[in-house]
Amino acid sequence: MPSSFEVTIRPHRGWQPIDLREIWLYRELLAFLVWRDIKIRYRQTLLGALWAVLQPLIAMLIFTFIFNRLAGVKSDGPPYPLFALAGLAPWTFFSTAVSQSSNSLVSNQQLVSKIYFPRVFIPLGSVGALLLDLGLTLILLALLMVHYRWPVSLTLFWLPIFIAAAVLATSGVGLTLSAFNVSFRDVKYAVPFLIQMGIFVTPVIYPIRDIPGSWRILMGLNPMTGVVLGFRYAILGTPSPWPVMGLSLAVSVILFISGLLIFRRMERRFADII
Amino acid sequence: MQPILQIEHLSKEYVLTRDSFEQGGVRAGLARKWAALRRFGAPNFPDTNSEEHFWALKDVSFNVNEGDVVGIIGRNGAGKSTLLKIVSRITDPTEGRVVVRARMASLLEVGTGFHPELTGRENIFLNGAILGMRKAEIVAQFDEIVAFAELEQFLDTPVKHYSSGMHVRLGFAVAAHLNREILIVDEVLAVGDMAFQKKCLGKMSEVSRVGRTVLFVSHNMAAVENLCRRGIVINGGMIAFEGTAKEAVREYLGRVSGSRDSTGHIVDLSEASDRRFAHVPLLKRLEFFTEDNLPLASDLQIGARLQVRVHFDLPELTSDFNVGLGFDNSYGQRVFTAHSQFQPGRAAQARVGPQVYTCDIPSLTLTPGEYSLRVWLEINNTEADLINDAVRIRVIESDYYGTGKVPWNGAFVLKHRWWNESTKYPASRK
Repeated sequence: MPSSFEVTIRPHRGWQPIDLREIWLYRELLAFLVWRDIKIRYRQTLLGALWAVLQPLIAMLIFTFIFNRLAGVKSDGPPYPLFALAGLAPWTFFSTAVSQSSNSLVSNQQLVSKIYFPRVFIPLGSVGALLLDLGLTLILLALLMVHYRWPVSLTLFWLPIFIAAAVLATSGVGLTLSAFNVSFRDVKYAVPFLIQMGIFVTPVIYPIRDIPGSWRILMGLNPMTGVVLGFRYAILGTPSPWPVMGLSLAVSVILFISGLLIFRRMERRFADII
Repeated sequence: MQPILQIEHLSKEYVLTRDSFEQGGVRAGLARKWAALRRFGAPNFPDTNSEEHFWALKDVSFNVNEGDVVGIIGRNGAGKSTLLKIVSRITDPTEGRVVVRARMASLLEVGTGFHPELTGRENIFLNGAILGMRKAEIVAQFDEIVAFAELEQFLDTPVKHYSSGMHVRLGFAVAAHLNREILIVDEVLAVGDMAFQKKCLGKMSEVSRVGRTVLFVSHNMAAVENLCRRGIVINGGMIAFEGTAKEAVREYLGRVSGSRDSTGHIVDLSEASDRRFAHVPLLKRLEFFTEDNLPLASDLQIGARLQVRVHFDLPELTSDFNVGLGFDNSYGQRVFTAHSQFQPGRAAQARVGPQVYTCDIPSLTLTPGEYSLRVWLEINNTEADLINDAVRIRVIESDYYGTGKVPWNGAFVLKHRWWNESTKYPASRK
């Protein structure tokens, strides 16, 4: 019995590999942490899970009024409300998940300093819990499409790819920021600001068409550019530039892997300095 | 057979950083922040001056065999918790290694990860998962856990409405049902009411009887003596003693009295801050002794002897004076007062100059805790000198009743007896 199991605890220095075996062993805990976050998020609220939909819905209405009606920003095909919501769905997911996961280690100090399990689960759990909100927003979008009689095309099969890209990019950023937040609480102040700015460098409000040709590829360095374009491409069938989307997808994967590595490197000091 | 837990040359260094901005101004502070930023996660980088190094653990090695129940004792800050944190994988050692050859569960705190908004039922699952249980394991033991915690009626109440006792019960109940070959327990029995503490101790000894390996840290010497076979005393981050649990407890208690420097038991009152005196300070110093005139610096077991020697001056010839000692508990309540005037047949002759009065308490039967000592001198019925919080005395657990049950509640332990109609009052021991 004991011989089948052996762990050596020793000092770790520098970069660490990602222990997939251990993550697999603890997989149920990740599910529990996601479940916990979902359960407590809307406890003792009047509107409950409606908040998940309300936020992008109201943002959509405001954007339609200000940017479409007043400022004259046009969508690249579908009615502007559909266009805006298809972009807001992943953007809201990204912004909420990044702000929550970047704070997750600090707000779960007790877990970090009193018990061992793969710590990556803490920020990843925060991201995972918000997938439910994303799903609800997509249902709202589907209802709106019925209202506008906007057809669904076969490109919908691409949606999982872009949802995956959104999760990877969000997790990558969340892992990195949460790790830095342990030693430098500056992160707490920087994140809301960065997210506020982020919406302007992501084609949520305006179509990518409005960006001059040579700048478009640069926009692709922002992973959420590709995700937003991809959501519109998959759900609304809007033609989208693949080079930009491809670059964003690659950036998402890179962000995720680097996020994991940075997290692993900083992980062993969490309990000492949190 | 290979040891189930092998601890080899384990050391842990902490770097204490003072807030950089405290010294050298904003610019130096920023420079240090930048240095810290550049070497994120790399502790072996040359350190700046604002850091202090502290070895919480230094070259600790020992083996634990399967079925061993090992008690680890030591003063606060001796390194016990650091050791457990490393073995539990919460923090990395700086040097050395630990080989763990079985599945391990560590309980450094009761109810880790409980969320106040979740119900008892939900928290059982969450806490179980955090401790490393599979969902199927939790489901299989769910009823037992609930029964052990005695919380059937409150299962669907959010934990935020629980009392602290209920909280602890639920937390221990989950942890007690972890089926792991190695169990690491830190001081968790220090909380909760007596009845539940007893139940926890029972569960712990059950666990150790079925041959599981336990590493147990506690200040509760009675529990250590009762539960553990082996004992390890840690002092200043190093192993000071290794032997049977009984020997270790004796060694530890001896060390507390013996390790202090030659004047550790003497408290100089000339620098006392919280002091009121009429004309000049008259109280000079206090000396503490326990059984056999052994000097005593801090901890005292329940029921041990305490002698306080008070040195003071009498400025003029008087027979009407009184030395007082007051013991206040941590809530600021006076639990006991001793006046030299209470002594019957005290020679009422007039005295002057330096005096030494000794108060002998053959058995200080206060419950464990920290007591603040107030000392004063009255001359001609008026307060001449008074010092608040002159010194703190810590009373620690002991097997006072000889049953391994530690007195914990209330202010005092008192000699008493129980009997019923079938067990007559033992006349011989009246």
